[in-house]
Amino acid sequence: MPKLLSGAEIVFKALEDQKVEYIFGYPGGAVLPIYDELKNHKSIKHILARHEQGAGHSAEGYARSCGKPGVLLVTSGPGATNAVTALTDAYMDSIPLVCISGQVPTHLIGTDAFQECDTTGITRPCTKHNWLVKDVNDLSRILHLAFEVATTGRPGPVLVDIPKDIQFKKGKYKFFKNTLKNKLNGKSTRKISNSELDKFIDLIKKSSKPIFYTGGGVINSGPEASKYLRELVSLTGFPITSTLQGLGAYPGDDPQFLGMLGMHGTYEANNAMHDCDLMINIGARFDDRITGKVDEFSPGSKKIHVDIDPSSIGKNIKVDLAIVSDVTSLLKSLIKRFKEKNKNFVNSNKQKTSKWWEQIGKWREKKSLNFINSDEIIKPQHAVQRLYELTKSQDTFITTEVGQHQMWAAQHYKFNKPNRWMTSGGLGTMGYGLPAAIGVQIANPGKLVVDIAGEASVLMTMQEMSTAVQYRLPIKIFILNNEYMGMVRQWQELLHEKNYSESYTAALPDFVKLAESYGCVGIRAKTPNELDEKIKEMISVDRPVIFDCVVDKAENCFPMIPSGKPHNQMILGPEEEEEISDEGKVLV
Amino acid sequence: MAKSKSAYSVPGKIGKIERHIIVVWVDNEAGVLARIAGLFSGRGYNIESLAVAEVDKKKHISRITIVTEGTPQVIEQINLQLKKLVPVHKVADFKRGEKDILFRELAMFKILGNSKKHEKVKKICKKFNPVILDKTNKSIVIQVTALRAEIDKLALDLKSLGLISTSRTGAVAMTKGSRIFN
Repeated sequence: MPKLLSGAEIVFKALEDQKVEYIFGYPGGAVLPIYDELKNHKSIKHILARHEQGAGHSAEGYARSCGKPGVLLVTSGPGATNAVTALTDAYMDSIPLVCISGQVPTHLIGTDAFQECDTTGITRPCTKHNWLVKDVNDLSRILHLAFEVATTGRPGPVLVDIPKDIQFKKGKYKFFKNTLKNKLNGKSTRKISNSELDKFIDLIKKSSKPIFYTGGGVINSGPEASKYLRELVSLTGFPITSTLQGLGAYPGDDPQFLGMLGMHGTYEANNAMHDCDLMINIGARFDDRITGKVDEFSPGSKKIHVDIDPSSIGKNIKVDLAIVSDVTSLLKSLIKRFKEKNKNFVNSNKQKTSKWWEQIGKWREKKSLNFINSDEIIKPQHAVQRLYELTKSQDTFITTEVGQHQMWAAQHYKFNKPNRWMTSGGLGTMGYGLPAAIGVQIANPGKLVVDIAGEASVLMTMQEMSTAVQYRLPIKIFILNNEYMGMVRQWQELLHEKNYSESYTAALPDFVKLAESYGCVGIRAKTPNELDEKIKEMISVDRPVIFDCVVDKAENCFPMIPSGKPHNQMILGPEEEEEISDEGKVLV
Repeated sequence: MAKSKSAYSVPGKIGKIERHIIVVWVDNEAGVLARIAGLFSGRGYNIESLAVAEVDKKKHISRITIVTEGTPQVIEQINLQLKKLVPVHKVADFKRGEKDILFRELAMFKILGNSKKHEKVKKICKKFNPVILDKTNKSIVIQVTALRAEIDKLALDLKSLGLISTSRTGAVAMTKGSRIFN
């Protein structure tokens, strides 16, 4: 008979078998048996957050930057409800998380016991799946299944709720593998047929105005996917644009790259999306920040959509060729097939797409990311550009909060490798970047990790600085401080007659003193003159830094597609603001 | 266009609404019905009726029959989203009015009245496999199986005969002939 283990021991045995190295968490009454067991498992290190949301975003940053699932351990009741934002964020951005939550003892469930909540009920819509463990003998099967569900197919968060009595009870342990087998939910093992590939190649060959539109699916598919994507783009000679989540899959400084698309994407990327005759969507989901008004979205194009999640295909935009597949395996077979049959494609195709490239060149001449710089006041775009120039020589990881600074970071920081860019896209969670940076630094010791932040966002999870200091994680919090919730202020300026209702933060803390009180380093830059020097200082300090970059309060984020407009009607800068029609106001 | 101040795009054209019957095979485990119902409510889909019971005692498989309405795009999404749920084994989808599918609902009616009325009730229900489940001098409980619209009409007709209580199931479905759902 196998040795019986307690529920808490089973939890760690399963984590060990899943090769988990880090858990992000916060203890509490209903998980104490699991915390008690922690000391016996030296291969697993626990990172104590200051709030469960922080622990969750740290786990996300960890997962996004190293490709392994993030593990989260929280207590019942408030522990679980605090984790909900992070779970939802991971669900929207397809990040594999395994959240283990404590629950009140089985006999008290349903009695409104102390720190009881219906955790599986609350987290059902924000996880791929969740489980309430009622029998200790189910525990090992459920834990391994949880890892499988989180990491296969389209990745996402899962939650295992373990009542306290189950953590004490003795039961059997077994390592379960491949429980899901070929279920749609699991990894798509379907072989891609040659006829699908030939249709794909045929569309490529016929096109004279093509564009690749790639997304987070390329990143999620692993570093190989980025390698193949680069090969395919170079083989075809086609232009490529990327969503916010896809940045880094293709080099940001490559001439074939048109920059990010969407609401704050470049003029050339959005116009190319609108006017193309072939759109090749690889691992993106036609999100509403991308499509704008669906009826007028890229009206003249054939569309190919590659996605691992069948429900993503045809949800927002109808496509002509749908391929349910992991990006890596699709690109691998496509390139192979393509090379077999089209040895000299680039040369023969150059003429066909030359007019298209000419047109793209004209759009590029608009220089839509330009801004009017200043000698007196730091422009936020300038700050991001300087940060990029001063960090591009080293392998840098960037996280962001949500708002104007996030868009400026996406526009002006050029990524050359996947997994270097961590941002909350789908849910748009202010407060994501600081704790995410902690997880990124844990996964990538010795690397430079910078959270490009706004002062409003970063205050939402500022307490996690204490975590960074505790574990000596030298993360850099680069705050573009304009004293406003900048994106809210921008919309109020454009859509609500400059009624800046509650978007100004009076009584902000002194971020330099705040840094010092946390035991980290505070740096402030007030003028463009001192900016470079201060950024260099920030990089050279081997401790956590809060950098207070005092920027222009009135700057807006351009270009932008006003709400309700198709892609070819962008606003390029403040001089065009007056032209927004009432109809246009819907689109922002 | 009316002045709109939204951060979101305006709705596009809406397709034609169709009624579909969706059959889902699921593991009969705690919370599974909440997962299905939550998917519908969370994504704004309709549930017109729902019938669920375990059909395989050994494997603990339940069969859920859902009647829903939506545009073809929404119906497709319902199918695909259901298939993503971990406890879901398979999903079958039928358009209302398809020829080779059988649909039935069951209803029980309680009617107050004497035996004279009972005869009238039986007559009205004749075509719908009536079964008298309970009978007293003052009341009758009759069971019928029929299509949704037929039961709607029956209930209306029985009103004047003293109908005081109606209980009905959601629709269940099965294919005609030797074919089964796949």
